Amino acid sequence: MKRIYVNEKWCLGCHLCEYHCAFANSGKDNMAKALKDVVINPRIQIEKVNNISFAVSCRHCDNPLCVKACIAGALTIKDGVISIDQDKCVGCYTCIMICPYGAVMPSETGVAQKCELCSQNSLGSPACVSGCPNGAIVFEDRG
Amino acid sequence: MKYVIIGNSTAAAGCIEGIRSIDKKGKITVVSKEPCHIYSRPLISYYLNGKTDLDKMKYRPDNFYETNNAELLSGCEAQKIDTEKKSVILGSGKKIPYDKLLIATGSDPFIPPIKGIDSIENKFTFMSLSDAKALDEKIESSSRVLIVGAGLIGLKCAEGIFGRAAGITIVDLAPRIMPNVLDTDSANMVQSYLEKKGLSFILSATVQEFTANSALLSNGETVEFDIAVIAVGVRPNTKLLCDIGCDAKRGIHTDQRLETEINDIYAAGDCTVSFDVSSGGEKILALMPNAYLQGETAGKNMAGGQAVYANAIPMNATKLLGLPIVTAGSYEGDEYTVTGENQYKKLVTKDNYFKGYILIGDIARAGIYTSLIMERTPLDTIDFELIKEKPQLMAFSKTQRQQKLGGLKNV
Repeated sequence: MKRIYVNEKWCLGCHLCEYHCAFANSGKDNMAKALKDVVINPRIQIEKVNNISFAVSCRHCDNPLCVKACIAGALTIKDGVISIDQDKCVGCYTCIMICPYGAVMPSETGVAQKCELCSQNSLGSPACVSGCPNGAIVFEDRG
Repeated sequence: MKYVIIGNSTAAAGCIEGIRSIDKKGKITVVSKEPCHIYSRPLISYYLNGKTDLDKMKYRPDNFYETNNAELLSGCEAQKIDTEKKSVILGSGKKIPYDKLLIATGSDPFIPPIKGIDSIENKFTFMSLSDAKALDEKIESSSRVLIVGAGLIGLKCAEGIFGRAAGITIVDLAPRIMPNVLDTDSANMVQSYLEKKGLSFILSATVQEFTANSALLSNGETVEFDIAVIAVGVRPNTKLLCDIGCDAKRGIHTDQRLETEINDIYAAGDCTVSFDVSSGGEKILALMPNAYLQGETAGKNMAGGQAVYANAIPMNATKLLGLPIVTAGSYEGDEYTVTGENQYKKLVTKDNYFKGYILIGDIARAGIYTSLIMERTPLDTIDFELIKEKPQLMAFSKTQRQQKLGGLKNV
């Protein structure tokens, strides 16, 4: 299945992926309006130390500990994509406790959020990938 | 192949999904004491405060048994296991034959033999949906509630009824709250947070005697109440195995494949004893992630697979009246602690391994810590200074980062 892969050699640490992610999941149709004066809480996050940087988002693991550990049955895997039913989630953060990549985080409402490969929003394909100015994030099927 | 699962909670779901990952055809029968669809037990506190409802707290969708081609016998109690004839005998006398059996009977609240405990007018435990429904019906805005036990169950109960009662007093014999999960400093921090919200605590005290509406404590105080919740601990339900000669009173022992000492009988969940890789000791890890992973491993092996579950550790994630608390592992070793207003971080290391942590407030990316403990990652293979600062993948080597994020295959 297609997954997001990052190449830290090409990452500029510009955080644009974070902004594209926040916009894609904002439900708004204008990026400036969606993000103006907003502290963004994206589902992809840049790690940066000195001159090394890279983006981290859900790996959509074949053996997803978050799905197995979720106490509410709110996290599910379907056709390889792991998504969260935020209506069922009670915000206990067991998924945050168990994800080895640190790729699940609290949302503004207190329940958990994660990358769903833009499969649940209007974009349909990952906004971070198309928004990366240097090709450091790709969406590919590598088996 | 005929599979029988006794119990219908997390471990049972793991087992069904584990079996079906290998065997799509064998007959699965689930025997459940409770009269309902599989639901999430820890969600009963969220049921009381309205953050979930009966529909949303279903642990798996309505068509779960159907999709997995499993038969649910709900409201049925397994009375006995006949190991000779390989069948489970129900209360009705009906016999269910098995080739592979899973015991996932969980645990029951322990009711301590305190003088007068049977004379309490409104006495509750807090483990099951029926417990929560009973409490939900009885509680009124004028109710004074006494909770005996300041562990997770007692505190989640307090959160569930918070704002719905006139007052909530929590008594525990330990000198601090959540004694199995927090250390003294973090327990004090959480306690003071909860007190500011309006909960009252009486610690280092036991109940000497109950009357219908009062408790006389060992420190001489008397607490008047309308409702008492007994949450002092749980006992594993192991009678079925004890009855056939297993030494399982304090929990069922299994191998890493989750098979018990009796061939073809497996066990998973709160009724079992786990080996905690963070402390190197055996204990009951009554935690949902553990129950699922045990159940899944058992299921795969019951279906002829070769699965092991060998990295169990204690771990807890919860919020108490808005304050996030995430902990994992054990706390014996060298400590690194950072504190702030409603913020606490303690990292424990020993002999080149990450052993445990307590995070309160900022719990971001805690799973990176958990994974270091579960995988027993030698600390000299990562940049631990970065890990001390915060959980981050930057602490791993470039090759490891490429494996984690860049699609580089493990060699």
